[in-house]
Amino acid sequence: MTKSSFSSIQSEYLALIDHTKCVRCKRCIQNCGWGTYSFGGDKIIADHFKCVACGRCYTYCPEGAISIVKNPTVIRENYNWQEYHIRNIWKQSETGGIVISGMGTTFKYKKYFDHILLDACQVTNPSIDPLREPMELKTYLGKKPSKIELDFNEEGEPVLKTKMPPQIELQTPFVFGAMSYGSISLNAQKAVALAARALGIVMNTGEGGLHDDLIPFGKNIIVQVASGRFGVHRDYLNSGIAVEIKIGQGAKPGIGGHLPGEKIGMDISRTRMIPIGTDAISPAPHHDIYSIEDLRQLIFAIKEATNYEKPVSVKVAAVHNIAAIVSGIVRAGADIVYIDGYTGGTGAAPNIIKDHVGIPIELALAQVDERLRDEGIRNEASIIAAGSIRSSADAVKAITLGADAVAIGTAALIVMGCHVCGRCNTGNCSWGITTQRPELVRRLDPEVYGERLYNLISAWSHEIQEVLGAMGVNSIESLRGSRERLRGIELTDAELRVLGIKHAGL
Amino acid sequence: MLKLKNKFGIERDISGCGLCGIINTKRVKTTGSDIKKAISVEHDRGNGLGGGFAVYGNYENYAGLYAFHIMYDNLSAKSSVEEYLKNNFVIDKEEPIPTSKTSKITEHPYLHRYFMKPKSDRQDKLFHDLGDDDFVVQSVMLINENYDGAYVFSSGKNMGVFKGVGYPEDIADFYKLDEVEGYMWTAHNRFPTNTPGWWGGAHPFTLLDWSIVHNGEISSYGINKRYLEMYKYNLSLKTDTEVITYILDILIRKHGLPIELATLVLAAPFYQSIDKMNNEKKELLTALRQIYGSALLNGPFAIVFGYSGGMVAMNDRIKLRPLVAATMGDFTYVASEEAAIRAICPSPDLVWSPRAGEPVIVKFEEPVPQKGRVIGL
Repeated sequence: MTKSSFSSIQSEYLALIDHTKCVRCKRCIQNCGWGTYSFGGDKIIADHFKCVACGRCYTYCPEGAISIVKNPTVIRENYNWQEYHIRNIWKQSETGGIVISGMGTTFKYKKYFDHILLDACQVTNPSIDPLREPMELKTYLGKKPSKIELDFNEEGEPVLKTKMPPQIELQTPFVFGAMSYGSISLNAQKAVALAARALGIVMNTGEGGLHDDLIPFGKNIIVQVASGRFGVHRDYLNSGIAVEIKIGQGAKPGIGGHLPGEKIGMDISRTRMIPIGTDAISPAPHHDIYSIEDLRQLIFAIKEATNYEKPVSVKVAAVHNIAAIVSGIVRAGADIVYIDGYTGGTGAAPNIIKDHVGIPIELALAQVDERLRDEGIRNEASIIAAGSIRSSADAVKAITLGADAVAIGTAALIVMGCHVCGRCNTGNCSWGITTQRPELVRRLDPEVYGERLYNLISAWSHEIQEVLGAMGVNSIESLRGSRERLRGIELTDAELRVLGIKHAGL
Repeated sequence: MLKLKNKFGIERDISGCGLCGIINTKRVKTTGSDIKKAISVEHDRGNGLGGGFAVYGNYENYAGLYAFHIMYDNLSAKSSVEEYLKNNFVIDKEEPIPTSKTSKITEHPYLHRYFMKPKSDRQDKLFHDLGDDDFVVQSVMLINENYDGAYVFSSGKNMGVFKGVGYPEDIADFYKLDEVEGYMWTAHNRFPTNTPGWWGGAHPFTLLDWSIVHNGEISSYGINKRYLEMYKYNLSLKTDTEVITYILDILIRKHGLPIELATLVLAAPFYQSIDKMNNEKKELLTALRQIYGSALLNGPFAIVFGYSGGMVAMNDRIKLRPLVAATMGDFTYVASEEAAIRAICPSPDLVWSPRAGEPVIVKFEEPVPQKGRVIGL
């Protein structure tokens, strides 16, 4: 519609080139997925309007000649009418559209993890040195019976009578969150798969089907069934270690998904089982789940299809009444409940939803864990907490609040170069992550980034071991749900009550 | 006002300690003077804020009845508790617990004991079909939680607990334990670090015929407590010992685990050991950890627990607190320090330091204590 030069909207960032350093190698032109740079005869020129500050150009500029700066041209400061609102009004008045972006909300909500402190041992009980003593992180996800049943053999020794429900064995309490082939590139998925296998953890296909290249990674993959049912068939359900029914996502509770037709090339078309060039639209609800009893039917349909050999996970967004919802999901037969907080990421979501719907994972998790214990059914399902786990500290706090494991999405993308520019929806990701453009995808080497993902999760696992040792326990299950080891700081009584923890000093 | 319950506004009581245990597998009885002598050697492991003893086989004449030991702050508490007891139990005998005034124990609650059994037509039968044991447990929890100034500190059959604020040797004199005989004894010397003198907080802690003495701090207390609360246990004392007792109760009494297996929940073997076992054991122990992960006692501890069938002594999974065992004929001794054992048994047949997580399980009528993990490691 309007040419950028006539738009009210000023470029958010300036791509500044130091021409005294620039050697005109044109790497920036190649590297930028957004077309910011061009060669103007004797020097590189930048169309600032196209820059999203994804960081690719200056990372790969051999001369360090590029700086990306926030556009100093001011929109008059006004705490009420902030730049965010003014820009959106301009954008929407020009396009008549919904404002959409990728990644999680950029709003400055209170981050509860940053208001929770951990305990450590002093004198009365000893801390344990993780470099000298075993420090166990192994975690099993799935339904646990409330009691063991035994038989006794001829020698009178007990043998297991209970038939244990299927479990996912994790060497460390992390899983990679659902990111579909389509929303991210195949190379990005391969990097995650390589890391999951090396770490002894699992990744999640998201609602994009399972590409042939990932089939060998089956033991480290949770396959997802979402409202569009893309790529779902009998072999698909049986090709992973577990099946996940996706009801909602933290970044966009109540909202479906839309992968535009231009991203549906040959490979994605095959994997999703839809024609080339058609839009892949995931409806907001599952059209066979209009209530909890329908969910139960789908859970058991999947269990039938997989011969009761795979745990079934149900993924929901953290919304206001989450505790009761999860209780219902557990009673409906789910083996794992994956709860995604409101700061979770997405490939694309309307900002109105992303920035305003849902609740923090810390509060949701605390309430869910408490509710399931009150009802005496906490053992019936494992809980995975997600929604911007930024560090091992966040992970430890989530586990201590009651999660069995945490899911990593955005952090994994940051490993691959993502600068959280939030433009995943455009398909121009310069890092080759959230794009299907072959020349961009090609630059993401699965082995290089698979190793870095391995490094990150290994490093975080070591950090968790340090924390366990400092707290004087040598197994993650002794910290899981042990809220006595947490204290709140700068929190109100209501917040402390919801979290089920005491204030620091008490 | 004497303190019977944890009313200090303290979320949790922690303490260091000394402990001792004596058992004769042929049920030959000893008086309390032996155990008193042993525990007094560990005098410095306590600070005078708690001492106590459990004895088994001391109420042979009332062996079929539940022996309740109750401490009262005042007589009105006594009369309201007794009203509850009379409504629900047939009381065969009741009397003050024999004590003697000593210079060391000058202030104490009113101590009374009852030998009784639950009435078959008690009112709660209208709503529940609880067995006698369950009803006793429920009654103990009810009194301890809801009756101000009253605290049940012993409720088993043919066993009793004698405890209070003071050094254990003084507590023994106070209760005249030199005159009491039993075939199994445990003793405790307490070094609390965050509560003042507190009669109810002394060890042993009991439930039915379980008695626990414990040295250590359970670093996994938070999750152990929440695990028990899910199964409707009421943790009113907020001590580690209470948690251990209830975990044993749920594992052994409610879920029917053999003692050997229950100890493998308390101090679970590491996965690196489990992975080396044969498939059958691996399956069993993996399932045990999956199901009872929240009941794993993590952190430093040495515990001795007695029950009608015998005695178990064990350490945490990496042995962060001392525990020594010895045998002499039909006697087995356990203590925090070898010196305590040698004080009453100068040259035992065998003395050893049990390995981390390795229980010493001694059952009556069995001449040789079982050493090592019974589910072989």
